Amino acid sequence: MKKQYIASISIVFLILLFIFGSYIYENRKLKKIGFLAQNNASIFVRDHSQTLGSDDAKVYLIEFSDPACETCSSFHPFVKNLMAANPGKIKLVVRYAPFHVGADYFVKILEAARKQGKYWETLEVMYKTQRHWANHHNPQPHLIWKFLPGTGLDLEKIKSDMNDPQIAKLIKQDLADAETLNVRKTPGFFVNGKPLQKFGYEQLQALVESEIRAHY
Amino acid sequence: MNDLDQTTNSNWTIVFICWIVAIVSTLGSLFFSEIMEFPPCALCWYQRIFMFPLVFILLAGLFPFDRNIIKYALPLALTGGGFAFYHYLLYSGFIPESLQPCSQGVSCSETYLELFGFLTIPMLSLISFWTITVLLLILKRRLSQ
Repeated sequence: MKKQYIASISIVFLILLFIFGSYIYENRKLKKIGFLAQNNASIFVRDHSQTLGSDDAKVYLIEFSDPACETCSSFHPFVKNLMAANPGKIKLVVRYAPFHVGADYFVKILEAARKQGKYWETLEVMYKTQRHWANHHNPQPHLIWKFLPGTGLDLEKIKSDMNDPQIAKLIKQDLADAETLNVRKTPGFFVNGKPLQKFGYEQLQALVESEIRAHY
Repeated sequence: MNDLDQTTNSNWTIVFICWIVAIVSTLGSLFFSEIMEFPPCALCWYQRIFMFPLVFILLAGLFPFDRNIIKYALPLALTGGGFAFYHYLLYSGFIPESLQPCSQGVSCSETYLELFGFLTIPMLSLISFWTITVLLLILKRRLSQ
């Protein structure tokens, strides 16, 4: 019957329009981020950003992360393996996107720990013990203090340092950059300014490896 | 006989247009959340709950044409339209922010998009629900005549 054709053609047309629209949108987003990477590289790496890896590395892995985010925690060992597998070629840049309620508390602790030269140790402890204090149904941020002594940090100093307005400013800047770069979920990865389009371990590995091939 | 056919045809077309509006709204809202990655707020979810099933219910009413479709589709369209109206009031500031129901996560009054400078997402939803409602009411009148 003719009516059935009209209906089928309409739905196929609208779905194709949807797919076509997504394609156009993604393309425009890529172009915009590519433009930012070329003309405004500091949006990816600020002077205040904590980095790991050789300064000669040609592949910059930028991670917008949240200490209270489970996926960031489970991605962390993977990112470290990636760096170990390509020694000297990858530089990890940590940016903050503390989207969880109250997560900036942990960023402040991290940044205070950085002043004592124990940033990565503290991050490690945070990710490892996260399930105890960041449980979604019952977040208990104060519990983090129970786990910190193992890092050898001067906790009294942390408590005074973490209120440094400089840290609050840094978080604000990172959140503003995350917004510009359309990062709405954590972890948000960029490799040399290219966004990780499809989220996943393999996809991240593929993106990093393609950048390594392009630069070495 | 021919006249009767003509009327049935235009009745069918009215439901068909409602169906198209429902599909465009459904795909549009999915585009906003999945492709543009705007997180849907609580009120948006309530509107989605009433819009998404319309796609299937209206389609079922089209093949074969079922005059009872009004009975099934109108309550959904009216309720969704109610939520959309409330959302629109909240969005445009007629209802103060402190009265809004979503306490955590995404704010219902944050502006994500303004098409052509005035079309916001709640307004699009309002237009869709009300178009469907008005068309179904017109159909109801026609069928009772």
